[in-house]
Amino acid sequence: MILETAQLNLYYGKFQALKNVNLKVKENIITGIIGPSGCGKSTLLRVFNRMNDLIKNVRITGSVMVDKDDIHSPMCDLTMLRKKVGMVFQRPNAFPLSIYDNVAYGPRVWGITDRKTLDEIVQRSLRAVDLFDSLNDNLKSPALDLSAEKQQRLCIARLLAVEPEILLMDEPCSALDPISTAKIEELMIELKKKYTIIIVTHNMQQAARIADDVGFMLLGELIEFDKAKKIFTNPRDTRTSDYISGRYG
Amino acid sequence: MTLRIGPRTSQIIAYCVLLLMTAITVIVLFFIIGYVFKNGLGQITWQFLTDRTRDMGKEGGIFPSILGTLFVTVLAIAIATPLGVGSAVYLVEYTRGGLIRRIISFGADCLAGVPSIIFGLFGFIFFVITLNLGWSVLSGGLTLAVMIIPTIIRTTEEAIKAVPRAYREISYSLGGGKLDTILKVVLPTSLPGILTGIILGVGRAVGETAAVIFTAGSSLGIPTSFFSSTRTLAVHFYILAREGISMPKAYGTAAVLIIIILLINFVAYRLMHRFMARYY
Repeated sequence: MILETAQLNLYYGKFQALKNVNLKVKENIITGIIGPSGCGKSTLLRVFNRMNDLIKNVRITGSVMVDKDDIHSPMCDLTMLRKKVGMVFQRPNAFPLSIYDNVAYGPRVWGITDRKTLDEIVQRSLRAVDLFDSLNDNLKSPALDLSAEKQQRLCIARLLAVEPEILLMDEPCSALDPISTAKIEELMIELKKKYTIIIVTHNMQQAARIADDVGFMLLGELIEFDKAKKIFTNPRDTRTSDYISGRYG
Repeated sequence: MTLRIGPRTSQIIAYCVLLLMTAITVIVLFFIIGYVFKNGLGQITWQFLTDRTRDMGKEGGIFPSILGTLFVTVLAIAIATPLGVGSAVYLVEYTRGGLIRRIISFGADCLAGVPSIIFGLFGFIFFVITLNLGWSVLSGGLTLAVMIIPTIIRTTEEAIKAVPRAYREISYSLGGGKLDTILKVVLPTSLPGILTGIILGVGRAVGETAAVIFTAGSSLGIPTSFFSSTRTLAVHFYILAREGISMPKAYGTAAVLIIIILLINFVAYRLMHRFMARYY
């Protein structure tokens, strides 16, 4: 298990957003988290790299282990955790900088200044997301000129540049058209050879297409967690089967 | 029967009223600039720009005042920019919108509205007398800096607040610390807004009379150090006109002042445009 939660509860002030979540994420597969809007899937994802720290009045109980280390222990180095557990956001949010500077942002934060090393990292990261060849060496052009799909690829490249182990993806395709979505999905399947991917999606077809394990969440609870095939063909819980048959959500 | 105006008619009336208002504004503006240029442009010769001032301004050029304006303004901006931008970053990024921030923002707003002659008086008492800096480029620059810091703080604050939250989140999610995020994401993306504040500051500093006449003095020598007394263009113009020394020279000075301000704005907006075009 590369990531494991036990009796995880999260409160926004008095509101309990996560209830007793026990999740086990295996290495080098895609784990999908599905559920209706507001069920806590994004909140759960943001626990894993402690993005919730940025929000006031958040209280967390229970344990979250990444690589057998408790991420909430005082010994945990937050920047190291975020290097290890990277995040791709819902909207393709490239910085208003050049393509090169976008990808080089992370490595620069980590103290790499050598031009040659940076060039290598940028090239390698852009190749990993299949973007390098189509750019024709225009690495200095503005990132915001790229199409939404390419911007999302760029965002993934920017993340790969810091050499993470786990990629958290928060509805990475919700701002993309179906063709772009298919291409990003292909990329994710390619990336799972090297990385562990946890993807949050409200698109069940997407989870069915790419995820190996799937968890279904409802009102802050992880109702069911199993192999994707099992969840989509023969779920144990009636709430899961109601959701995937489209009865609500 | 009540009088009713149809939607079409009311549209036309609204359009005409707004057009008229805009027209009045623009006409007044162009009239002022046109009037000064009409009377002043004829005075501007190479000699007028490069000669020393003679006979209290009746004869000669305005070279010392051009230099004086340049020195005082550059000094003021050099002092006010780091202080103003630094305070704004602190206020937005480190105080979390608490009471301190509201008090300081309110104070900055009030200061921005204080008449410049008050700053002149303060500068005179504090910099010229108490710190014994005398009438000098330094006193003038410091006074102007104090005067424009509030403007720079407020514009920078707004620019920083407008940086999307997502940019900060991405930076943190890549392992960036607060300082990385501020230096590499927040400041670059808010640079156009910050530059606008600085340009406003430059405009105020270049055209300022009351605050500098008390602090930089009105001597007509060429300023050679921070401690030289000097007379800026605006002050020179004021003295020429008020003492009735030479109205043609006064208009000439005013025209030069306007041209300088137009040039600064033009260059600054070009720079900003070019910067924006690179990334947006």
